[in-house]
Amino acid sequence: MVRDITLGQYVPEKSLIHRMDARVKILLLLMVLVFIFACRNFVSLTAISLFSIIIILMTKISFIKYLKSLKAIFVIIIFTGIINLFSGSGDSLWQWQFLKITWGGINNAIFITVRISVMMMVSSVLTYTTSPTDLTDGLERIMSPLKLIHVKVHEIAMIMTIALRFIPVLLEETDKVMNAQKARGSDMENGNVFRRVRALVPVLIPMLVSSFRRAGDLAMAMECRCYNGGKGRTRMKVMHLSLTDLIAVIVSFLIFGAVIYLNAVYPAVI
Amino acid sequence: MEDFIRVENVCFQYDENEKNNSYALDNISLSIKRGEFVAVVGHNGSGKSTLSKHFNSIYLPTLGDVIIDGMNTKDDDCIFDIRKKVGLVLQNPDNQIVAGVVEEDVAFGCENLGFPPKKIRERVDSALKAVGMYEYRTHSPDKLSGGQKQRVAIAGIIAMEPECIVLDEPTAMLDPQGRDEVINTVIQLNKEMGITIILITHYMEEAVLADRVIVMDTGKILTDGTPREVFAKVELLRKHRLDVPQATELIYRLKSCGYWLPECVLNEEECVRAIKTLIRK
Repeated sequence: MVRDITLGQYVPEKSLIHRMDARVKILLLLMVLVFIFACRNFVSLTAISLFSIIIILMTKISFIKYLKSLKAIFVIIIFTGIINLFSGSGDSLWQWQFLKITWGGINNAIFITVRISVMMMVSSVLTYTTSPTDLTDGLERIMSPLKLIHVKVHEIAMIMTIALRFIPVLLEETDKVMNAQKARGSDMENGNVFRRVRALVPVLIPMLVSSFRRAGDLAMAMECRCYNGGKGRTRMKVMHLSLTDLIAVIVSFLIFGAVIYLNAVYPAVI
Repeated sequence: MEDFIRVENVCFQYDENEKNNSYALDNISLSIKRGEFVAVVGHNGSGKSTLSKHFNSIYLPTLGDVIIDGMNTKDDDCIFDIRKKVGLVLQNPDNQIVAGVVEEDVAFGCENLGFPPKKIRERVDSALKAVGMYEYRTHSPDKLSGGQKQRVAIAGIIAMEPECIVLDEPTAMLDPQGRDEVINTVIQLNKEMGITIILITHYMEEAVLADRVIVMDTGKILTDGTPREVFAKVELLRKHRLDVPQATELIYRLKSCGYWLPECVLNEEECVRAIKTLIRK
């Protein structure tokens, strides 16, 4: 069933991480990602990886779910790992024609694999613990300084909100149209790829037409409620920073400081 | 009482370049008083939906004027004042909910008007309580039933505290239970909060509940009066292929068979009473 696709990856739980302000979460995540990339040796990488794992455990969402998030980029991890394994310099441990494995290569492979895996898992923290609405709201507010350089921040946020709102509606409709076409003898499950793609055309056309009709209706409904493109618009929900957010920022900056220090003290391996 | 809405000789044409002069609205004049509950009935293509969109300057009349509380809908400076006074609820509940959380959608109108957050919160809460959807405020709209969604849409309009709500076939896509929920909400808003209601519908059972019924056909007003006056004209309505409530129809047929029955019957209760009196005789 098309309808079973869940929207977003939000997992409702009651944890400190869930309660944090979306803006703080987005900005700290960006910084964590930057610092994961800035690690030059195993000591600093271990430090930031441990920090990430502690955050992950604090979300109270099962660790297996985070491991599953790696599935999507599994091929990339393996691929970059193998490339790095064979591209190190130094004395070769094993050689077959132009392929050789060196200690440097092994180091690099482990380093890159850990780095990508941690990055992916820590990114999931944001999408798992923040509801889509909070996420768009947070993004709108973070991006609001961009208004000065004429970026249409409000419009982008409104588009995201409407898209999120209508994805389930359109999915349900797709389901209905597909069933209607099946009832008229359309075969969507058999045949090769080309036949199946062609069978989708009679689904897509009614969907396109109905989306335009919906868009017209929605525009009218928005106009009826005095929408004029965000001029002079206020918001009901005021985002305010709590003590949790402050502590999170302080702890994160301590860790970032530690990474910089460890990078300087120990020799770089990559 | 002064007239709240005045429609003066309005003609409306969807495509002004069209050669044949087919008007969707053809010289319509009517006035609606503050606090009235008006039902507009008619066939598909009778112009009732087109008329509903004239009340808050979504459509502007090709000829004639629509005056809302002294403001002309053609006046660009008044557009937002008019839309604050007259809210419009559309047929498809899915297509008029903007946000992914019930309370945020209800807040949408107030946010556009630029109210401070605390005032929006108060209005959203009281609007949701008025339609009986307060417990669902943090839900996602797509988990709600059609009737509940339509009530959320109505709450979104009420939060702006309009003086009039126009509902364009709000029950056409709902199941009978959802229909009752919505109609009861509408009646309650009219009786308790004194909001003027213009209900566009093709269910005669709903029209009966109004104070006044306007019947439209091919862009013209066919007849206008209290439900009792309007549904007494069974022949006229029939001639224009319009239904009357079942109870009215039954009594009408019995009458034409020669039984002595009261002039016009609107609901089951009156119908039962009339037939009982007849049998006793």
